[in-house]
Amino acid sequence: MSSGPTIGVLVNPIAGMGGRVGLKGTDGPDILARARVLGAVPVAGLRAQITLKELAAKIQGLQVKSPPGDMGESVVREVGLEPEIVGTSRYKSTTSEDTIRLARQLADEGVDLLLFAGGDGTARDMVSAIGGNQPVLGIPAGVKIHSAVYAKTPLSAAALAKRFLNGGGRNCQDAEVLDIDENNYRQGRLNTRLYGYLKIPADRRLTQGLKAGSPASDRSDQQGIAEAVAADFDREYSYIIGPGSTTNAILNYLGLPATLLGVDLLHSQQIVECDLNESELLESTAGKNVKIIVTPIGGQGFIFGRGNQQISPAILRQVGKDNLMVIATKRKILDLKGRSLLIDTGDTELDHQMAGYYKIITSYNDRIVYKVECG
Amino acid sequence: MDKRFARQTRKFHQAKWDEEIIFELHNPGERGVMVPAVEKGISDRVGDGLSSLPASLRRDTAPSLPEVGQMRVLKHFLRLSQQTLGADLNIDIGQGTCTIKYNPKINKHLAGLPQVTEIHPWQDESTVQGALEITNNLDTYLRAISGLDYFSFQPPSGSAAIFTMASIVEKYHRVRGEQDQRDEIITTIFSHPSDYSAVAVKGYKVINLQQNEDGLPDLDALKAAVSERTAALFITNPEDTGIFNPLIREFTRVVHEAGALCCYDQANANGVLGITRAREADFDMCFFNLHKTFSTPHGCGGPGTGAIGVTAELRDYMPVPLVVKSDDGYQLDYDLPHTIGKVRSFYGIFPVILKAYCWVRAMGARGLLEAARVAVLNNNYLLNRIRQIRGASAPYAEGCHRIEQVRYSWEQLTDETGVGTEDVTARMADFGFHLWSSHHPFVVPEPFTIEPTESYSKLELDEYLSGLEQISNEAYNKPELVTAAPHNSVIHRVDHSTLDDPEKWAITWRSFLKKRPGEQLDRKGK
Repeated sequence: MSSGPTIGVLVNPIAGMGGRVGLKGTDGPDILARARVLGAVPVAGLRAQITLKELAAKIQGLQVKSPPGDMGESVVREVGLEPEIVGTSRYKSTTSEDTIRLARQLADEGVDLLLFAGGDGTARDMVSAIGGNQPVLGIPAGVKIHSAVYAKTPLSAAALAKRFLNGGGRNCQDAEVLDIDENNYRQGRLNTRLYGYLKIPADRRLTQGLKAGSPASDRSDQQGIAEAVAADFDREYSYIIGPGSTTNAILNYLGLPATLLGVDLLHSQQIVECDLNESELLESTAGKNVKIIVTPIGGQGFIFGRGNQQISPAILRQVGKDNLMVIATKRKILDLKGRSLLIDTGDTELDHQMAGYYKIITSYNDRIVYKVECG
Repeated sequence: MDKRFARQTRKFHQAKWDEEIIFELHNPGERGVMVPAVEKGISDRVGDGLSSLPASLRRDTAPSLPEVGQMRVLKHFLRLSQQTLGADLNIDIGQGTCTIKYNPKINKHLAGLPQVTEIHPWQDESTVQGALEITNNLDTYLRAISGLDYFSFQPPSGSAAIFTMASIVEKYHRVRGEQDQRDEIITTIFSHPSDYSAVAVKGYKVINLQQNEDGLPDLDALKAAVSERTAALFITNPEDTGIFNPLIREFTRVVHEAGALCCYDQANANGVLGITRAREADFDMCFFNLHKTFSTPHGCGGPGTGAIGVTAELRDYMPVPLVVKSDDGYQLDYDLPHTIGKVRSFYGIFPVILKAYCWVRAMGARGLLEAARVAVLNNNYLLNRIRQIRGASAPYAEGCHRIEQVRYSWEQLTDETGVGTEDVTARMADFGFHLWSSHHPFVVPEPFTIEPTESYSKLELDEYLSGLEQISNEAYNKPELVTAAPHNSVIHRVDHSTLDDPEKWAITWRSFLKKRPGEQLDRKGK
């Protein structure tokens, strides 16, 4: 057998089952049981098949490693490939622990790219399992897809994977894993958190180019943004730094400890406090001059209301529109394909006040004037 | 006339020589020319020719140039030339934004006359009156075409012309004491990327304007962008999408009201010659690439000319010297009080100026207008036909005509077949067509940019279209044929991702050997 690149295939067989029956997700065994009662059928395997079939046809000598049964093996066999079985899995009672354990085993086995089919919950498990070094790519199969680690469709996952596996550079980019609290979501409240980052293949079609920036220049843009922000730091102000890798780069540049996923407070280029919640933020900034630095979180371009709810309407009112600094790499902005950035604080009146044009800091000496609308 | 190729592609095959890099042809002692020993009479008069140089200027070792015989050198470069697809071989309409048109060969012969090749820029003005006259005449033609008042031919490229405009902007505000305050230059996402990069080199903060749903830069975004910090607007119109911004006078008004200057990138003016002018749109400066709109060769990266024009108010800021006409003939004028100095030696690349001059003279005013009209007609014919190709689309301004080029998308083709623009580009090479891969800033998914200019006949446009149509059919019926392309070209796919990795860059042979120590041996051993 000719030896081509090796991929890992991991399917969360229950992902997406809640969608068609209106359950908004399948996190936890009770909901899954209810989904089954309502007649939900597995969809993740079928979605993964589309991707795998395309990859099997396009890549010569493709090697596949996967867990047995529903969590990979059956999908791989379905498209006519012979998987090397890794680990053990249970029949029809998959849990988050299974996903984490098997993802870790696949990564340890050594795969060029780990494909996983699921939703935001599955992506969170991937973060717990393998962190940021193993290249991965999500095949969208879940009900909730807020995370940027997923390709647009199973076919585009195949295209991206093929480019990555066949290309010489194997460039990756960091992509966010977001999830919402399903309980709140079922009750109509959207509370998104940023859970971490995974390395996914860089989409060269959109990132190659002088203005748009390559994955390498995406990193250097983050550095450029950090330098631009640091150069203009005003000692009269405290700075609320929102979550995300782009804001994190500012603190790294200043040599300060940072919470990638939390909100930090700075003054005179020093940390005042890390990882504050809303009331701590209100308390620490009362009566002070404050600026807020945020970056859009997730693929949909929310600057407020996804992953940074600690910066609440009360804080935004206190700080004011003029003291809001939005930072984002060009890639992030161009990935929006012209759609406006969004704001959804839960306070409609405030959202309207905050909407308008912002000079987004995209690198050192580089800005883009971009529209922010109510989400 | 044989019209076969209006409906089908050619049986083409590119030459492939597997040719070495010139350094690999190095054979110690081999020589192209055996230079005779210096005769005694000469060395008695001038010495050995070296010892009169200061020791600090003399090198200890000879440069490590490849030592290769004359015939082998000739063969080397002819082979390389056979491995390219130049504008004189293929239907070169797939290089949108480059404005590839026919460069009449007679102009090349004229530029090769001794009256051109044997003059030197240090010669006294009185001895090069003809060259100065031609330069000054071309200046006056460009004044009529743009409506602006003075032109300089000093910048050797479009990006150099943009840099020159940015230098004038900087000096203008410096003279007014506002230089420190005005540190921002506004441009648009679909302006040519050099409008971004060349002003950044000048040290300006660049403010980009996003396009709206119609593909036009957003006027409200401009209004939000201008302030007392704005130094200038740098903009292309039509933009790289081929869409003309009808609100351009609003743009220049908003910018002027903020106390800033308006700079028009007309590197490619091919669709608007004789139709619109910088003057009427209230621009303070513009430039034309003679190697685009005015039919001088691109020359694989030069020499070109970015002829920069300004209003009378900005004449004092121009690079020196300007070629001027007086009762005593033509002179070089260095007396410009606020001049930015020089952006290149002397007063321009005369052979380029001459070729552009000849082209304008041959065309005449009506001919220039006709060139623009035919270019626009060609473009809209292609637009209409390409929209009918399965999987292709022309994003933005749905249903509207375009000016001289269009940035198309294969997004649908990619979604439906997995065949992307890179694949199509490679497959086009199998038919002897060039479809290039640069569409900065990659806002349009799976982009391709077509600019037919006036040089190509309908039959040739049809031949090119038949290539695109065939590839679309193949993508839907036999996609592996396209994704494995090229089959008839000189090399297979080039992996560009190494361009993102500074560790792998090698712009000289020496750095190649340093970064890839085993490589030379491997190549020799194969």
